[in-house]
Amino acid sequence: MSDGTGLGSAATRQDRAAPPLLRMTGIRKAFPGVLAVDAVDFTVEAGEIHALLGENGAGKSTLLKILAGAQAPDAGRIDLAGERIELDSPHDAQHRGIVTIYQEFNLIPTLTVAENVFIGREPLRFGLVDWARMRRETKKIIARVGLELSPDRLIADLSVAEQQMVEIAKALAVSSRLIVMDEPTSALAENEVLKLFRICRDLKAEGIGIVFVSHRLDEVKSLCDRLTVLRDGRLVGSADVAAVEIDDIITMMVGREVDRLFERRGAHRTGEPALRVEGLSAEGDPRDPSATRLDDISFTVAKGEIVGLAGLVGAGRTELARCIFGADPVSRGRVAVAGDVVDLHSPAGAIAAGIGLVPEDRKQQALFLALAVRLNLSIAALGRLTSRLGFVDERAEAVMVDDYQRRLGIKMASPGVEVGNLSGGNQQKVVLARWLALQPQVLIVDEPTRGIDVAAKAEVHQLLFELAGAGLAILAISSELSEILTLSDRILTMREGRLTGDVPIEEASEERLMQLMTLGAAAAERVAIDARAH
Amino acid sequence: MLERTEEGAPKAAELDVFGLLARFAPLVFLLVLMAVFAILEPRFLSPLNLFNVMRQVSIYGLLAIGMTFVILTRGIDLSVGSLIALTGLVAAAVAKGGFESRFAVGIAAEAAGYGWPLALLAAILIGMACGLLQGLAITKLKVPPFVVTLGGMSAFRGAALLFAGGGPISGFDDGYRWWGQGYIGPVPVPVVIFAVAAIVAWIVLRYTRFGRNVYAVGGNPEAARLSGLDVDRITLSVYVIIGFMAGLGGFVLSARLNSAEAVAGTTYELTVIAGVVIGGTSLFGGVGTIFGTVIGTMLIGILLNGLVLNNVSSYIQQIIIGVIIVLAVAFDTFAKSRRKRA
Repeated sequence: MSDGTGLGSAATRQDRAAPPLLRMTGIRKAFPGVLAVDAVDFTVEAGEIHALLGENGAGKSTLLKILAGAQAPDAGRIDLAGERIELDSPHDAQHRGIVTIYQEFNLIPTLTVAENVFIGREPLRFGLVDWARMRRETKKIIARVGLELSPDRLIADLSVAEQQMVEIAKALAVSSRLIVMDEPTSALAENEVLKLFRICRDLKAEGIGIVFVSHRLDEVKSLCDRLTVLRDGRLVGSADVAAVEIDDIITMMVGREVDRLFERRGAHRTGEPALRVEGLSAEGDPRDPSATRLDDISFTVAKGEIVGLAGLVGAGRTELARCIFGADPVSRGRVAVAGDVVDLHSPAGAIAAGIGLVPEDRKQQALFLALAVRLNLSIAALGRLTSRLGFVDERAEAVMVDDYQRRLGIKMASPGVEVGNLSGGNQQKVVLARWLALQPQVLIVDEPTRGIDVAAKAEVHQLLFELAGAGLAILAISSELSEILTLSDRILTMREGRLTGDVPIEEASEERLMQLMTLGAAAAERVAIDARAH
Repeated sequence: MLERTEEGAPKAAELDVFGLLARFAPLVFLLVLMAVFAILEPRFLSPLNLFNVMRQVSIYGLLAIGMTFVILTRGIDLSVGSLIALTGLVAAAVAKGGFESRFAVGIAAEAAGYGWPLALLAAILIGMACGLLQGLAITKLKVPPFVVTLGGMSAFRGAALLFAGGGPISGFDDGYRWWGQGYIGPVPVPVVIFAVAAIVAWIVLRYTRFGRNVYAVGGNPEAARLSGLDVDRITLSVYVIIGFMAGLGGFVLSARLNSAEAVAGTTYELTVIAGVVIGGTSLFGGVGTIFGTVIGTMLIGILLNGLVLNNVSSYIQQIIIGVIIVLAVAFDTFAKSRRKRA
C-alpha cells in the first residue's frame, strides 16, 4: 500500500476540529552510535485508539519514553491539546495527564495493591495516611477493570495477569487525557484481553486518547482506529485501520523488497542431527512478569547447518537458548547432542556435552570486564590447560590465545589488557573464541552482532559461515530479520513460547516470517491464502 | 602485581595518572607513614621494632589473606574475630589434654597434654568446619554472606564463651609457645608463617585454575556460571579457606599470648577488612591481590602501632580506622565508576 492511504482523512479532521490531543512533530533522539528516532511525527486524537507499530528496534520504545517524560528529545516539539509542552520528568508527564503503562511493571511487589495504586498520592487525614479511605477507593478502582481482590493483597502474590490489570487500574485512577499502553496484552489470557478491550472502548467513549503498542496485529485490527508505523527510527506512515489489511501492515513494518546481500557459503549439506531438542517446556520465572513460558518445543539442527530463530520480544527465543544450555530450569523434555542426552541441570553439563552459548548480553552475561582478555578467552577451556596439581599451563594458554587472536582477527594491544577496553566487535570475538577453544559441536549465538559496527558484523557473519562449513551446528538468534535471512539455512519462528514455523531459506521472506511471528501458524496461513485470493 | 592486567599491558596512549595512583597509593602511603614514625621516633626503623610490629600484624595478616579470597568472590566474613577466639581456645584445650583438664597448669598438665601438633590440627579443623558451615548457608540456603557471618560472629563468640567457661586457658609448653614467641634467625615465627601463607595464597590466586575461578566468580557470577564454572563450590571453598586461616591464626595468637580467652580477636574483622580494602581489593568482587592485602594490612598495623607509641587513645584509633574504611571504599567506588566509563 502507499503510505498515504489514510493520511488525507486525518488532515481534514484536523482542519475542521479542535487541535489534536497529542501532536509530536519532528521528534529526533540520538544515543551514542544510534539514531533511535528521527523526524517522527505522531498525532493522536481525543477519543481515538491509536496503534504504534514497528519491528524490534524500530524506535517505538524511545518514542514512548519521550512521551512519558523519561527521556528528552534532541529535537522536535510536542503539543498537548494545542498547547506546546516540554516534558521534564515522568512526574511532569503524569501531571499533564499523560499516563504510561509500561511493559515492565512499575508495581512494587512488596507492597499491597492499595499502597501501589495510591503510591505517592496517598489520601491523608490529619497528616496521616487515611487507610480506610485508601482501601475503599482502591476497591472501586480495581473493580473498574473487573478485579475482585482484597486491597491488602501483596502485589508479589498476584498472578502476572492480575498485576497487569492493577497496573491498568492504577493508570485509570489518575485523571488522564492520554493513556499509553506498551504491550498490555502480552501477559494476558484471552478473556482478560477482552476485558481490557472493553475498558479501552469505555475510555475512548470518555474522550481519552489511547496509544496502543502491540505485536499482535490481529488485536490491532480489532481494537484500534488508526495506526502509525515506524521503521529504523523513521516514520513509515499512518493509516486508518479499517482501510488496511494485516499484510499491508506487515509490508509497512518490514519495508520494501529487502536487499538480501548475503553471499551463501558453498552449498551446505544437511548431515546427521547434531542438536536434537524434544518436547522442551519450561515454566519461566513466576516472579518475573516478562518471562516467557516455553511450550513443547521440538526441533533439530544438523551438523554444518545454521538454523535461525526468529521471534518478537517476549517470544521466548532467549529463554529457549538458555534452557538448551542448562542455564534455566526445564520442566519437561530433553536435549541431545549427537545422540547423547544432555544434563540440563547446569551450564557445566551442556558445556561438557559440547554446547556453547554466546549470550544476548555480552557485558552482563559473558565478559569479566575487569579481567584481562587472556583470562576471559581461556576461562571455559581452562580444564584442558590445567595440570593435575591445579596449575594453569600459561605457555599453552598463551599459544591458544595467540592462535584465536590471529584466526578471529581480535584487535588488542596485548592479551593482558582488560577486555572492557576492547571495542564491542572485538569483545564479541573474545566470547566466540572462548567457545571455539572448547571445540563444541553446537554453538548457540544470541544476538551475535548486537551493538557492534557494520564491519565487525560482517566479520562475525563470515566466521559463523566458516564454522558451519567446518561442521559446527549453529543456532542463531537475532531480532533483525535481515540478519536471520543472511545467516540461516533454515528458520524457526516463535511466538509466545511456541514454535510457529520451520521455514527453509528458499521459502523465507521477511513478510512470511513476520506473519509467523505475529499471528502464529494457522492465522499466517489464512493471511497468505487471503493475499493469494486478492 | 597490583593489577591483574600486569605484564606491562600498554593501556590507553595517554598516561593514566589515576590508574598509577590507584596502583601504588597504598605502598606510597605505607612508606610515608613509616617515614613519619621514623622521624617522630628514630628507633621505629630498627629491625627489632619492625619485627615486633610485624609479629602483631601477622595475625591480622593471616585473616586478611583468607578475607581476600572471600571478598574477591563478592563475599564478606564478619565472623573471623569470633572464630579466632574459638579456635584458639580449642587449640589451648587440646594442648592441656582435653576439655576437662583445660584449666590445669604445671609440669603434670604439660605431660598430660596432647602437644602442639594436635592442638594446631584441632584449631584448623574447627576453623574449616565453621567456614564450611557458613559457606553452606550462603550457597545452599542462599542467605547473603553478610547475614550468615554476622550470625557466625555472634554464634562463634557465644561458643567461645561457653567453651572457656569464664576464664582464660593459659600456660603452654615451649613447643606450643614457639609458634607465637619464637624466632627463626632474627625473624619472629608468626612473621614467617604470615610470609609463607602469603606466598602460597599468591601462587594459588595467580597460577592455579582455582585462583582464576575465584576472580571470575567475583567479577561476574552469571558469566562464570554460563562459562561452566561451579560457582557454589568455589564460593564454598573460600569460606573454608578463611576458616583454615582463622584456625591457624587462633593457634598462633594463643601461642603468642601464652593464653587463649573468649574475648580474643574482638573487632579483628573490621581491622582485617580495612586492610584488605585499603590494599585495593574491591568489595564489588573480582579485583584485588595478595600483595595489596599484605601492604594494606601492614599499613593498618603500623598505623595502629604508631598511634599507640605516640599515646593516641584507643578511642581515637577506632575513629581513625572507621574513617579509613569509608575512604578506602569511596576510592574503590570511584575507581569502579571510572572503569565503567572507560
